[in-house]
Amino acid sequence: MNLPIPFIVLLAVLSLAGTGFYCLLFTRNLIKVVVALQLIVKGVVLAFVLAGHLVQNVSLAQTMAITVIVADTIVAVIGLALAVQIRLHTGSLDLKELSNLKR
Amino acid sequence: MWYVLISVGILACAILAISAKRLLISAIWLAVTSALVALMLFLLGAPQIAVIELSVGAGLVTVLFVFAINISGEEVMGLRSALPLPLVWTSIVLAAGLVIFFIVRSLGFVQFPDVSGGFGAGVLWQERYLDFLLQVVLILAGVLGVIGLLTHSKDAHIAEDKA
Repeated sequence: MNLPIPFIVLLAVLSLAGTGFYCLLFTRNLIKVVVALQLIVKGVVLAFVLAGHLVQNVSLAQTMAITVIVADTIVAVIGLALAVQIRLHTGSLDLKELSNLKR
Repeated sequence: MWYVLISVGILACAILAISAKRLLISAIWLAVTSALVALMLFLLGAPQIAVIELSVGAGLVTVLFVFAINISGEEVMGLRSALPLPLVWTSIVLAAGLVIFFIVRSLGFVQFPDVSGGFGAGVLWQERYLDFLLQVVLILAGVLGVIGLLTHSKDAHIAEDKA
């Protein structure tokens, strides 16, 4: 079986995004949520570079990917800071503890 | 060959990262995933972004994770969903079906019937099908949000009964 390279990379992108979305659906731990977001964004960066590779314009794809990586790092920092503060306030990292609006 | 090996490694490390019970182990598997993604970026001919991904994804973010886990403490929590389980499994099966549909369609193994009967059908299903799909997903997300807002959890009922 000789698969073309873009197809293999596309499968890697889909597996990263799929595991990330699966974890987002299933987990209730706040830090695990940040891990899932990181996984999804890694897939997105890979998809950007794959698109640049396919249209022979890798530099443009790298510019986009740098922007995404910077934004993702900021999201991770703020998400982790929020998780730490929520842990200090509620004593738990459980997402269910936060949904006290409907009770 | 290298691409297949790295793809399998990425999938394995991602699954290990989301299924690890301890958060620290999860962060370390995330770093390994990031390193493998950087390797694949390098092979695709983007060395600058590979270096940035390696230093930021595998270095800085991992340090941040370890720092946050140290402050907040290890809280072992299995994969327990905040959503009702049938809803989760239905959406997973739907997403997997869509992915398989698009792969089969892009490979061209199966010829789909030509739907150029009317103006609406042709435009909707051939030219703008991605927009159409996105709208369906958005409406579904809105419905799920409303369901989540309107349902009471069992614990809340018990607490109300006691009070």
